[in-house]
Amino acid sequence: MMKKKLQSGGLKAWLYLLPAILFLGVFLVYPLIDVFIYSFEEGYNSASQTYFGVGLYNYSYVLHDPYFLQAVKNTFILVIITVPLSTGIALLISVGLNSIKPLRNLFQTVYFLPYVTNTLAVGLVFMILFKKTAYSDGLINLLINWFGGKSVDFIDGPYWAKMFVLCFYTIWVVMPFKILILTSALSSVDQMYYNAAKVDGTSRFRTFVRITLPMISPMIFYLVITGFIGAFKAYSDVVALFGTNLNAAEMNTIVGYVYDMLYGDSGGYPSYASAAAILLFAIVLTITCINLLVRGKRRITL
Amino acid sequence: MENEMDYGRLERSARIRKKAVNALTYVLLVFWAVIVLFPFYWMILTSVKSYGAYNSEYVPKFFTLSPTMQNYVDAFTAVPLGRYLVNTTIFTVLTTALMLGVIIFAAFAFARLEFRGKNILFVLFLSLMMIPNELVIITNFVTVTNLNMRNSFPGLILPSVASVFYIYLLKENFEQIPDSLYYAAKVDGTSDLKYLFKVMIPISKPTLITVTILKVIECWNSYVWPRLITDDENYFLVSNGIQEIRENGFGRENIPAMMAAVVVISVPLVILFLIFHKKIMEGVSKGGTKG
Repeated sequence: MMKKKLQSGGLKAWLYLLPAILFLGVFLVYPLIDVFIYSFEEGYNSASQTYFGVGLYNYSYVLHDPYFLQAVKNTFILVIITVPLSTGIALLISVGLNSIKPLRNLFQTVYFLPYVTNTLAVGLVFMILFKKTAYSDGLINLLINWFGGKSVDFIDGPYWAKMFVLCFYTIWVVMPFKILILTSALSSVDQMYYNAAKVDGTSRFRTFVRITLPMISPMIFYLVITGFIGAFKAYSDVVALFGTNLNAAEMNTIVGYVYDMLYGDSGGYPSYASAAAILLFAIVLTITCINLLVRGKRRITL
Repeated sequence: MENEMDYGRLERSARIRKKAVNALTYVLLVFWAVIVLFPFYWMILTSVKSYGAYNSEYVPKFFTLSPTMQNYVDAFTAVPLGRYLVNTTIFTVLTTALMLGVIIFAAFAFARLEFRGKNILFVLFLSLMMIPNELVIITNFVTVTNLNMRNSFPGLILPSVASVFYIYLLKENFEQIPDSLYYAAKVDGTSDLKYLFKVMIPISKPTLITVTILKVIECWNSYVWPRLITDDENYFLVSNGIQEIRENGFGRENIPAMMAAVVVISVPLVILFLIFHKKIMEGVSKGGTKG
C-alpha cells in the first residue's frame, strides 16, 4: 500500500516536471554539449552538415582573426573602465541616498527607471545626443562648445570618442541594478554600530571606511562579479549606438563577434562562433576565479 | 567664559559643515537624477518637434513652442510600428503564460511531491543556472533553423519558456506553505492538482506577480534571439523593429519620427514600472541580473 502510493507519487512528479525537463533538455543541456562538439569539428558546413576532421583549427582561426582580436580589445577596455567606475559612482549615490530622508523614495524610483527601458530604443536617444551631423553638432557637442572645446563626432569619429559614448551608456544602463543592491545593503547595516561610532566621536569618513565598507563589502563584491560578467557579454547597447555592422565601426564585442559568425553579413560559421563563445567563457570563468581568489586572500589577511 | 564661546563656535561650525555636506549630497543626487531623466525628456521633446523645425536647429533647442503629433502619425504609417507592437505583445503574453505553466508545475513537484532522485535532480537544475545564454544560443539557432521554425512564433517563444531561476524562486515560496494544509486537503480527498490551484497558487500570488512582471520586461526588451531567428519584417519585435527603422526606415534623417517610435516602444514598460515599481524593485533585488 505504502510502496504503491510512493510509486504513483513518483510517476506523477515526473509528469509535473516533464515540460521543464523537456524544454531545459532541448534548449539548454543539449546545446551546451553540442557547442563543444561544434567547436572541434573542422570545416563544418551548415548546409550539408558535414565536416572533415576534429581538432583545434577553429580556435586557431578565431584567435588569428583580426576582428576577434579587435573585439577582445574593445570588450576588455569596456570592462576595465565601466566596472570600477559604475560600482564607485553607485556607491557614492547610494551613500548619499542613505543619508537623506525627504525625497529618498522619489530618487530611488527615478534612479531605477533605466532598468525597465528598452536598451535598443534608448540607445538611439544617446546616439542622437552625441551624433554630429551635417546640420547639427548635437547637444553634447553644444555643451562642449560652451566650455570652449571643439566638436567631436562621437558616433562615427575617433576610436576613443566612440569608446567614451559606449562606456557612458553602459554605465547609465547598469547603474539602476547597482544602486538598488547597494542602497538595500546600506539600509540593512545595524544602526547600533553607527551610534557607537557617534558616541566615540568618530569622523564621518572614518565611520564609512571602518564600519560601512566592511559591512557591505560582500554586496560590493557581488556587484563587481556580476558587473564583470555583464560587461563581458556587452552587445545590445553597442548595437544601439553604432548599428549592426560593428566590425566596420571597429566597435565589435566578443558576443557581437559570435553572433556575426553565426548569422549576419559574414555569418554561417557555427564552428567559429562556438569556438569564440567558448573562449569568451574561458575568459569570464578565469576572471571570476581570480576575483574569488583575491577576495579569499584579503579575507585571511584582514 | 572663553570656553563657552569656543563651544558655541565649534557647535556652529559643526552645524554648518553638516549643512554643507547635506547640500552637497542633494546636489549629487539631483545631478544623477538629471542624467537619468534627461534622455527621456529629450526623446519626448524631439518626438514632438516638426521635421522642419528639428533640422533647422543647428543649436538644438531645449523646448518647443509648437508641438506636433505628426511624427506619431508617421511612426505608425510610414513604418510597420503597429505590427512590431502587436508581435511583441503576442510574444510577451505567450512566452510569459507558457513559462508560468512550466515553472508552476515544476516548482510544485519539487516542493510538494516525493519521488526518487528529487534532490539530485534539483541540484542538476540549479547547476543549469550557471549556463550562459551565449553558449547555448548557437545550437538553438541551428535547431530552430532545422525545425523550419525561423520567422515563426514557436521559434521565437519556445527557447525561453523554461527558467530555472524562477522555478527555484517559486519552489522556495511553495515550501513556506505549512504541510498541515496539504494533509488536511488530502483527508478531504482533494486531488494534488486541485490543491495546487485552490491553495498554493493563491497563497503565492505575490511571487507569481513579481515573476510575471520581470518576465514581461525581459520579453519586451529581448533583442538577440529575435534578431537571429527572424529576418522577415512581419515577425520583428520592437527591438529589431527600432533597429530596422534606424537603418532603413523614414530615411536616415527623420529623427523626430524615429524618436516618436522610441517613445511608443518605451511607454508600455514605463507605465508598468510606475504602477508596480515597488514589486519590480523588490523582485530585482531578490534575484534580478542585469549589470
